Amino acid sequence: MTIMQLVFLVLAVVAVASAVGVVTSKNIFHSALLLIACLFTVSGFYILLEAPFLAAVQVLIYVGAIAVLIIFAVMLTERMMSKTVRAFNEQWWVALIVAICLAGVMVYVVLIANWQISDATPPTDAVAALGKTLMSTYVLPFEVASVLLLMALIGSIIIAREEKAGEQ
Amino acid sequence: MIPLTWFLIVAAFLFCIGLYGALARRNAIAILMGIELMLNAVNINLIAFWRYITPEVLTGQVFAIFVITVAAAEAAIGLALIISIFRNRETVIVEDVDMMKW
Repeated sequence: MTIMQLVFLVLAVVAVASAVGVVTSKNIFHSALLLIACLFTVSGFYILLEAPFLAAVQVLIYVGAIAVLIIFAVMLTERMMSKTVRAFNEQWWVALIVAICLAGVMVYVVLIANWQISDATPPTDAVAALGKTLMSTYVLPFEVASVLLLMALIGSIIIAREEKAGEQ
Repeated sequence: MIPLTWFLIVAAFLFCIGLYGALARRNAIAILMGIELMLNAVNINLIAFWRYITPEVLTGQVFAIFVITVAAAEAAIGLALIISIFRNRETVIVEDVDMMKW
């Protein structure tokens, strides 16, 4: 077993354990903190997969922006989150069975499939190549994504805005 | 070299944990966290397939970037909706927000 495989196994154990903590923790704030740990380990996977730009994007956007948004939402809605509120609905056991069956099917398919592993190495200047790909082949989805982000920005401001009496 | 199947199995576990969270939790913010876990699992798969199957074309990385973009937009809109619902109905429990149900 090489060092890389050892690092992967440590990251995998931390990722799965913190993900289980996210969905089972009674305290929603602990869930949010464990989600940050899980997102960090995912960026570690990206580094192991030789995608450093994606790892940086993961830390900046998920850990930096989405996790902060989630913690803000938890803080703004915390009054209802007393310990007496049940964390799971009545169908939690159906969801558990579905999730375990889906995991079993996916692991089985992954193990029996014949993956065509390529011996090629990624481009040496992968970030520059990624930028060129984004601005040439995928320029239309790139622009659509920017419009989507603008719409999300304006939409979330309008939805979350507090309407004062007599403003309209 | 780490085998491709290890990444795929970890991503499958993360996806199923996220699915369980999205289906079984009552708090709307916890449901959003489950969805974020599922999107992350998909991204691990995309990057792993890029690295092991087509490393010479960067389509996998481009797709992962688009998934992250859409996830950011989805989280912003979802949390804005949750805050708006909380302001109007004093709850973030999805079962209590049932005024469109007969």
